[in-house]
Amino acid sequence: MSSLKELIIQKLKDKFGSVNFEFSEFRDELTVLFDKKNVVEVCRFLKDDNELQFKLCEDVTAIDWARSKNRFTVVYHIYSIKNGFRLALKADVDESGCSIDSVSSVWETANWEERETYDMYGIIFNNHPDLRRMYMPEEFEYYPLRKDFPLMGIPGSNPLPKK
Amino acid sequence: MEKITKNDVHPKIVEALLRDTNITVEDALENEMILNMGPQHPATHGVLRLLLRLDGESVVACVPELGYLHRGYEKLAENMSFYEFIPHTDRLDYLAPMANNVAWALAVEKLIGIEAPPRAQYIRMMISELARIASHLVAIGSFAMDIGALTVFLWTLREREKILDIWDILCGARFTNSFTRIGGIANDAQPEAIAKAKWFIDQYEENLDECERLLNSNRIFIERLEGVGVISGEDAVELGLTGPSLRGSGVEFDLRISKPYLFYNDMDFKVVTYPEGDSLARYFVRADETRESIKIIRQVLEKMPLGDILLNQPKKVLPKKTEIYSKMEELIHDFMIVNFGVNPPVGDIYSAVENPKGELGFYIVSKGEGHPWKCKIRSPSFVNLQSIPHLIKGRMISDVVAIVGSLDPVMGEADK
Amino acid sequence: MGLEAKLTQDGIITSTIDAVVEWSRKNSVWPMPMGISCCAIEMMAAGDPKYDIARFGSEVMRFTPRQCDLMIVAGTVTYKMAHVVKKIYDQMPDPKWVIAMGACTSSGGIYRSYNVVQGIDQFLPVDVYLAGCPPRPDNLLNALMQIQEKIGRTKAREFRNKKLPGPIVLQNN
Repeated sequence: MSSLKELIIQKLKDKFGSVNFEFSEFRDELTVLFDKKNVVEVCRFLKDDNELQFKLCEDVTAIDWARSKNRFTVVYHIYSIKNGFRLALKADVDESGCSIDSVSSVWETANWEERETYDMYGIIFNNHPDLRRMYMPEEFEYYPLRKDFPLMGIPGSNPLPKK
Repeated sequence: MEKITKNDVHPKIVEALLRDTNITVEDALENEMILNMGPQHPATHGVLRLLLRLDGESVVACVPELGYLHRGYEKLAENMSFYEFIPHTDRLDYLAPMANNVAWALAVEKLIGIEAPPRAQYIRMMISELARIASHLVAIGSFAMDIGALTVFLWTLREREKILDIWDILCGARFTNSFTRIGGIANDAQPEAIAKAKWFIDQYEENLDECERLLNSNRIFIERLEGVGVISGEDAVELGLTGPSLRGSGVEFDLRISKPYLFYNDMDFKVVTYPEGDSLARYFVRADETRESIKIIRQVLEKMPLGDILLNQPKKVLPKKTEIYSKMEELIHDFMIVNFGVNPPVGDIYSAVENPKGELGFYIVSKGEGHPWKCKIRSPSFVNLQSIPHLIKGRMISDVVAIVGSLDPVMGEADK
Repeated sequence: MGLEAKLTQDGIITSTIDAVVEWSRKNSVWPMPMGISCCAIEMMAAGDPKYDIARFGSEVMRFTPRQCDLMIVAGTVTYKMAHVVKKIYDQMPDPKWVIAMGACTSSGGIYRSYNVVQGIDQFLPVDVYLAGCPPRPDNLLNALMQIQEKIGRTKAREFRNKKLPGPIVLQNN
């Protein structure tokens, strides 16, 4: 397993020399942090490489840190069935210009996952084929999972039928 | 089902329905119809809304709409401690509640860095496999009922009642029982529960054979399902399918073998795959998986060791009641854990188990406090539902019911 | 007692119209299962061979509201789903009764969050509230018997000159 981690680190550094990667390990899982403008290239390389073959995209989500700089972090979890290895990719997104490129052209699974992230956090995914809200009705004006949205909701934002 | 015009549907959904059309008529909906298989429908397995664009009887495009059961789990998790969230995990995939409990307990234990004692892990394996059998029984029963075979539903529910009896003896609740705790399980397996489990697995195979005799050579059943909703292995991995839906397309991927958890690497069982990729293959995968689960339960019952069921580490795990009432240290730890929560280290983990529906994953981000900073639930039904527009294209309305039934979605987990 | 004994003796039974109407109404309650989440599984279990609901006359669980008189709301109702439940309640013909099954429909249950309606009596008139999460199938049968008693107390003339409801306007969704 550790040889595979070193192989991945080596390959990423070789192929993308100009990109600044930050590798970290927690509880035996590898995480890669990089700048948000390289997302599509890095993901496509990880999927198409013959030895790595990260073909299964398990999850796309975002974290709201509630700080002024780089408020959100978008997290991708990908899995390689051939090697039995899971990798986590992270990219920071600022609140102004709250957008990142969509990876639905690389993995089809990311289509709905990114719609859900948009619905809950308000992060816009560029070049997404169909960016609509997932769970909340279309007329809803807020983004529920942000830290400034209260747990009980804002009264009047969701209409109820009359008795 | 009611006929609606395109003025009744939200414009963004109309745009999604009309996308990738190769029809050159000026108003594309003149010859076609939008049909609403609404959230309240006998055959959509819960509150799923499907908007179909039909040309006669065949489906041209389909847009599913979710969110009718969105209860706000992820926001609730940010406001509760890890212990308080255990009953909520029951209600995710409500057909196999024990399996969700085990998944959450494993995720939090991974974050904290502890491991439950061996007897607790064996009992967790037994209840996970019983949950798998219960879930697949309901899946087969309601699937057959949608196709039209009503008897099979009653027979599989009768088998399921026996499993619910075992859980009733084990922990007091038939259903939505929050049985696992962080660091072990709530109470020990009584001898009656073990005896009942042994009796159940001895008589299960004949009853399953009885149900299968009704279906497997039934001409109507096979003709309705063969070749319906075909998806190849490559496309399935691309769309993110996991669980029996993926194994019905020939891809051999099971988290119990690739990333073993509990004691699954000591158990001897095989991963069931069928190469065809249609609805009939998915049904066969489910029926055969229950047989493999019986094998696992038999081995668990033989190999189960004696011992503790809750880890003895008072700083991280709620200590036993007898010790709380008699020792000072344990009382302080109990107070701290109940009020402030177990404080894990700063970091984030993703932990996944093989649920009956697919891969259930919990991604927990912790900032060192007693409640998670963020908890994402990667639910298998949500990702499996994404493949419906691909599977339905070109088929007729009656196949929609068969395809949704063969994917077996549960809306409690798809809508979180 | 028994009908056959009376019939063979005199050939005549005397009763009131009210008694006959409410006897027939309460022993053939056709439920409309609004099964939304986990409570729906216990409602299905109430229909299986162990806890038979067919012996109370509720064998047919029709999914069309036009043929039912009892709506069992089983499962958490969210704001998005509330419009659908109300629409289907309006489509049921009079007389109709509602059972709120489970904690989620009675008061929001364990979900105190932004999308869950804290009790369906905010938009529906409820007759019987059931506690439990989920309530056992025998509990549901108990609630059904309470509804039967309530039907037994109504009079047939209450529904005689009632104004017909106006045409139902389908909401845009």
